[in-house]
Amino acid sequence: MFDPKIIQKDFPHLKRTINGKRIVYLDSTATSLKPQQVIDKENEYYTKYTANVFRGIYTTSEEATAEYEKAREITAKFIGAASSDEIVFTRNTSESINLVAYSFMLDVWASGDRVLTTIMEHHSNFVPWQQLGSGRGIDVDIWYTDKNGLLDMKALEKLVTKKTKLVAVTAASNVLGTINPIKEIVRTVKHLNPKCLVLIDAAQAVPHMSVDVGDWGADFVAFSSHKMLGPTGIGVLWGRRDLLEDMKPFNYGGDMISEVHIDRTVFKKAPHKFEAGTPHIAGVIGFGAAVEYLTALGMEHVRAHEQELVTYAIEQFSQVEGLDFVGPKRADLRGGVFACFMKQAHPHDIAQLLNEDNIFIRAGNHCAMPLHDYLHVASTARASFYIYTTKADIDMLVEGLLKVQKIFS
Amino acid sequence: MDLYRENILDHYKHPRNFGHLEGAFVTSEEINVSCGDRIAIEVRLRRGKTPVIEEIRFNGEGCAINQASASMLTEKVTGMKVADVLNLTLTDVEALLGTRLTPSRVKCALLPLEAIHKAVQSVR
Repeated sequence: MFDPKIIQKDFPHLKRTINGKRIVYLDSTATSLKPQQVIDKENEYYTKYTANVFRGIYTTSEEATAEYEKAREITAKFIGAASSDEIVFTRNTSESINLVAYSFMLDVWASGDRVLTTIMEHHSNFVPWQQLGSGRGIDVDIWYTDKNGLLDMKALEKLVTKKTKLVAVTAASNVLGTINPIKEIVRTVKHLNPKCLVLIDAAQAVPHMSVDVGDWGADFVAFSSHKMLGPTGIGVLWGRRDLLEDMKPFNYGGDMISEVHIDRTVFKKAPHKFEAGTPHIAGVIGFGAAVEYLTALGMEHVRAHEQELVTYAIEQFSQVEGLDFVGPKRADLRGGVFACFMKQAHPHDIAQLLNEDNIFIRAGNHCAMPLHDYLHVASTARASFYIYTTKADIDMLVEGLLKVQKIFS
Repeated sequence: MDLYRENILDHYKHPRNFGHLEGAFVTSEEINVSCGDRIAIEVRLRRGKTPVIEEIRFNGEGCAINQASASMLTEKVTGMKVADVLNLTLTDVEALLGTRLTPSRVKCALLPLEAIHKAVQSVR
């Protein structure tokens, strides 16, 4: 197990004070802070081997290419991929999902097909299916949660039909905190319809727990670097190799080709055929360092730390009268994200008042409007934890919430 | 930070002109999709060459800044010429609230003004 107080020393952002007070960063579900190791690694590319990748035969270009591809290998190993060829670098989770939608689904969809997704999806795993499906005769079915914020496995059996081409489901909700039983979901879907593909939005899972894509058995897994200590502007799509090989490119242009003639083009193999144009080289290399940082901590320990914080937070929240949060109440079923509401105070006011003490949370619908509608709340005030979060941070949050309660009572 | 000063909290907890208006009126509704705030405005006008807001009510839900802004604005525009109401800006709202707003809160404070403008601009 690690000590979050020692971890904090790696994060320069946490050394900053505003109005003489330290920062309590409780918005890691939106984006995580970055350790010095990641910042240094990204900087290393700009200071030591700035060059384009896959082009030069000179020393620094070869170094840059090697570092870029090393990050791919590190990532593959981290999520249990069979080969680094299954790792596509994109801009973010949304782009990874769009890649599957445009390069794959548009080719295989026929009118009358269905997509199944859940009510707890982030817009990034909902809007692409809704938008690309409508007008093509593709209906989107919704798998709703029960009153505890959990998906009912019995309900799944009725929702997957022979017409269901894709099940797009999140591994962990950015609002409810619910951790979904992905392995069981995939197994059930494949049992009901072996031809149905499964895409996992793992943006809130890969940063917080041990993920093995082979064990999950899904067909596509998407996640982002910036939520797991890495730079912004880097996303990952893991795909089953045979599917990636068959898929058309998403973008066309430089780098993704092996031959171009006036009348035809031969593309590179996956994953490079999906990475058109000069990529975010420094970002990918920095992301590799982020994955190494998490690997060194051990993802079982990351999860154990968060579970401890969740247990502590649930205990402490009970001090604040009128405060409640959505999603499961059991620490073993949820991650370190609490979307809260208070009878007396609006989420905006909660966030604003906490900001006075440098306690940074997020207010709004957290890119999950259908879920907020379903829960009949316009918005929530969300606090979320990560490896550098301490119990002292949660104490500060609770103190702040008590202050809010006093002002609005 | 002076955002949650007494007068703002007072207007939030005891909003003026909150509710519905019987009789002839123009109405409008504005929604801030990012936070789910919603405000509805109902106005009775004295029509004529220079229309004047005779009475105004608002309802809906929002944060303290949003509700206080609505409460204060409805007090201010009662009896005002529509032409003058349409000239009100963020500066006037900030003057009423007695504070400058950070970028993320401007939308909260302006939502009621936008709704009022929407309601009365048809009779300009």
